[in-house]
Amino acid sequence: MKKTSRRDFIKISALGAGGLAMANPIMNWVPGFLPKQQTPVDESKAKRFPTFCEVCFWKCAGFTYLNDEGKIQKIIGNEKDPHSNGRFCPRGTGGVGMYYDNDRLKQPLKRVVENGKSTFKPISWDEALDFIADKMKAIAKDSGPESMALLYHASSGSYFKHLMKAYGTKNIAKPSYAQCLGPREAGFVATYGAGISSPEPTDVRNTKCLVLIGNHIGENMHNGYIQEVSDAIDRGASIITVDPRFSTVASKSKYWLPIKPATDMALLLSWIHVLIYEGLYDKKYVEQYAFGFDELKAHVKNFTPEWAYAKTDIKPEDIRNSVHEMAKASPAVIVHPGRHTTWYGDDTQRTRAIAILNALLGSYGKKGGWYFPEKKKVPHYPAPAYPHPHWMWKDITRPTYKSAGTGISNDLITASLPNNNSEHKIKGWFIVGTNLLTTIPDKKKTLKAIQNLELMVVVDTMPMEITGYADIVLPECTYLERYDDIRSSQHRYPNISLRMPAAEPRWESKPGWWMARELGLRLGLQDYFKWENVEEQLDWKFKQMGTSLEEMQKIGVKVFDKEKDLYLADGEEYYFNTDTGKIELYSLDLEAKGYDPMPKYIEHKQPDENFYRLIYGRAPMHTFGRTSNNPNLNDLMDANKLWVNPKVAKIWGLENNQEIWLQNQDEVISSFSIKVRITERIRHDSVYLIHGFGKNNKNLSRAYGKGIDDSELITNVKIDPIMGGTGMRENFVTFITENPHKEEVKA
Amino acid sequence: MRYAMAMDTKKCVGCSDCVVACQTENNVPHGYCRDWIVENVDGIYPNLELEIRSERCNHCDNTPCVRTCPTGASHVIEGGIVKVTHVECIGCGACIEACPYDARYFHPDGYVDKCTFCDHRTSKGQETACVAVCPTKCLYFGDLDDVNSPVSQVLLKRKWKVNAPEAGTKPQLYFLI
Repeated sequence: MKKTSRRDFIKISALGAGGLAMANPIMNWVPGFLPKQQTPVDESKAKRFPTFCEVCFWKCAGFTYLNDEGKIQKIIGNEKDPHSNGRFCPRGTGGVGMYYDNDRLKQPLKRVVENGKSTFKPISWDEALDFIADKMKAIAKDSGPESMALLYHASSGSYFKHLMKAYGTKNIAKPSYAQCLGPREAGFVATYGAGISSPEPTDVRNTKCLVLIGNHIGENMHNGYIQEVSDAIDRGASIITVDPRFSTVASKSKYWLPIKPATDMALLLSWIHVLIYEGLYDKKYVEQYAFGFDELKAHVKNFTPEWAYAKTDIKPEDIRNSVHEMAKASPAVIVHPGRHTTWYGDDTQRTRAIAILNALLGSYGKKGGWYFPEKKKVPHYPAPAYPHPHWMWKDITRPTYKSAGTGISNDLITASLPNNNSEHKIKGWFIVGTNLLTTIPDKKKTLKAIQNLELMVVVDTMPMEITGYADIVLPECTYLERYDDIRSSQHRYPNISLRMPAAEPRWESKPGWWMARELGLRLGLQDYFKWENVEEQLDWKFKQMGTSLEEMQKIGVKVFDKEKDLYLADGEEYYFNTDTGKIELYSLDLEAKGYDPMPKYIEHKQPDENFYRLIYGRAPMHTFGRTSNNPNLNDLMDANKLWVNPKVAKIWGLENNQEIWLQNQDEVISSFSIKVRITERIRHDSVYLIHGFGKNNKNLSRAYGKGIDDSELITNVKIDPIMGGTGMRENFVTFITENPHKEEVKA
Repeated sequence: MRYAMAMDTKKCVGCSDCVVACQTENNVPHGYCRDWIVENVDGIYPNLELEIRSERCNHCDNTPCVRTCPTGASHVIEGGIVKVTHVECIGCGACIEACPYDARYFHPDGYVDKCTFCDHRTSKGQETACVAVCPTKCLYFGDLDDVNSPVSQVLLKRKWKVNAPEAGTKPQLYFLI
């Protein structure tokens, strides 16, 4: 009997079909830690504990269920939660793997030198915390507490932030700003006087037209967002996707515009041109709410679709038709700002163009466009005022990047370098839940800064690359084993969520709140940690918000009433938080700071012969490098592949699944090899891979050496002059087909 | 009663949540799965089409797997759900060969395993784990004998196809196109 016929057959899940492939002994891997229980959990009777997910920043709320043996079995979404609506994404569902991963950090480790070689020695918590506190005291005494920096991403960062501020430093940064969403925040602040934040208040649920500029929703599983996109597809809303790659969402779009990479600004400016010169913009809205229309009109005069065609490879009629589609849907149209927007260094300006388009389409503050989100304020547990630091990140960053909204991780790294001659020197790093070596481009610089530190502490659940450079490694228990600070998030309705442990911490791991408090006590900061345990602290906060820990332990999520309107009423007076009180099509703020008041097209470099632009993205079952070792998620995708256009593959004689190495424009060669995936879904001038693979720490038994880490090939960093973002998409690679790391011994 | 499932290829993004949810619901060991994602690309850049399907046992009306089973371990229960009684299975693999959909696998404990349409849930009126978790709501489950069931309703409204109709198995997994 014939098997199912499959054209260009590619199984996304590595496990693929059942049948004979499954009989392969290599795949018959059954780890001993798997729960042995065979009968499924009865949700109506099983014990469950509320949590919110820590596998990505969307932080969906759900319940952790235990099986009959009292072990963690599965995680199911909380129906009251607007982030998840009761449905977790594959990463959230597979979050159990984070708990069961036997490669986790198990006890505190201290760097010691034995026989002339650095090694990690397991030590007690007391020893680890005393050591850190003594070092921090010495740093405060010798250089001032300001010279300690906190770099974080995990939820428990909130407790370490409190610790650091109490200690006396505000040198605090998250890579998610300058390496990810910073440009869009700065672009929207310059236009609307307000950033976007998370989850994005885009009213996808009610939109008639969704425009995506390189945003590959569906491959990035921003849960509530993809749910609304799916509903939009059901309702027949049109999607317009701009991407050099035939992304999943491109395949669901009415218009896919396969743009020549790095030319997005030309397309955006030509859309603005058509809206204005064909009179398709929302005149009433622009007249009432916008500032600088005449200047904008003059500015875009020459940016015709014909002009843009020469830059973008997108035909003039496609440019016109797609923007007509937007105008038809106005104001129920969203030109989505994307999330990872650090591309070419002019990213704030590109997001400005996106913000301007939304304004011309009258969609900001309108149903089906952008709603006004609301968020519940979480009260601070009573504590003395923080000491006033003599200097902070702003003193390092703002003289150069005047619109930087938060601390910039790479600036704090620069301030830690030995050749830093400024008065602002960083001497110690506290790193919580972020693998700096792969999140910050220019790994060499980061390593150089690390060598110059007096103290480096890493708090993590997994032995990520960065842990290997620490003086002290503190093993944090996973989110399924700990309390964390309250999740209060902006949404259509303000809502809060509780995370509580469903199991005891495995091995000697501990929650972040406990570490922060213990350090606080050792640093003489007991007045800042007056609570005995976190339950007491959370209960006090919940009570101020009109609930209690007891209630939250039952319901997990509480949604509050709204205090303001979701949308602008027709003709409603509204003042934006800009200099003019209007939406600034022409930005007075940027102009005053010495930047272009309106976005300009800048020609970016295109690849040289035999080189291809390195484009990276996400897979729905992974969150960057956080999940590549998770047994459940590694099972679905254990390595990335390099997408290569068939024409290119033919020139190079590449075959599907052939292992190759990559070399970039600066002659950096990838540490590991990657399998080739020949596919029509990528342009001939680019290659594509999923970020987060090619792990370099051997303690990650499943992820080590699997695939290529794009960040080691990103050595050409284009800094955004406005907010300091690190543009990473101007890197080009060529192929190496023979192993460049083979050792050659000459006799 | 005739249980069936429909999946909307227009909405599915191939995230594999159905795969993970099935694994944690049904204790499917790592390295194995009862459902999986298939992706078909057609055309030449930039004129392309992509179809993504979430696949599993088709719970066929005409079941070659049950016919070839020498011990009677493979059988059909109420609603047309095809099941394997693990203790009766000798792991001969005849059903695996007979299935045109690659829907069955050897469980490391020595028997053949496959999708059960989560009968432990559906018999109590709950959705299957994959349907309940799907973020795009692209999966529909229900009774084809009930015209008001979600699966009947969506099949009445939309165009659909099945996999390998030429195999003559009368599959009950419908793909909305």
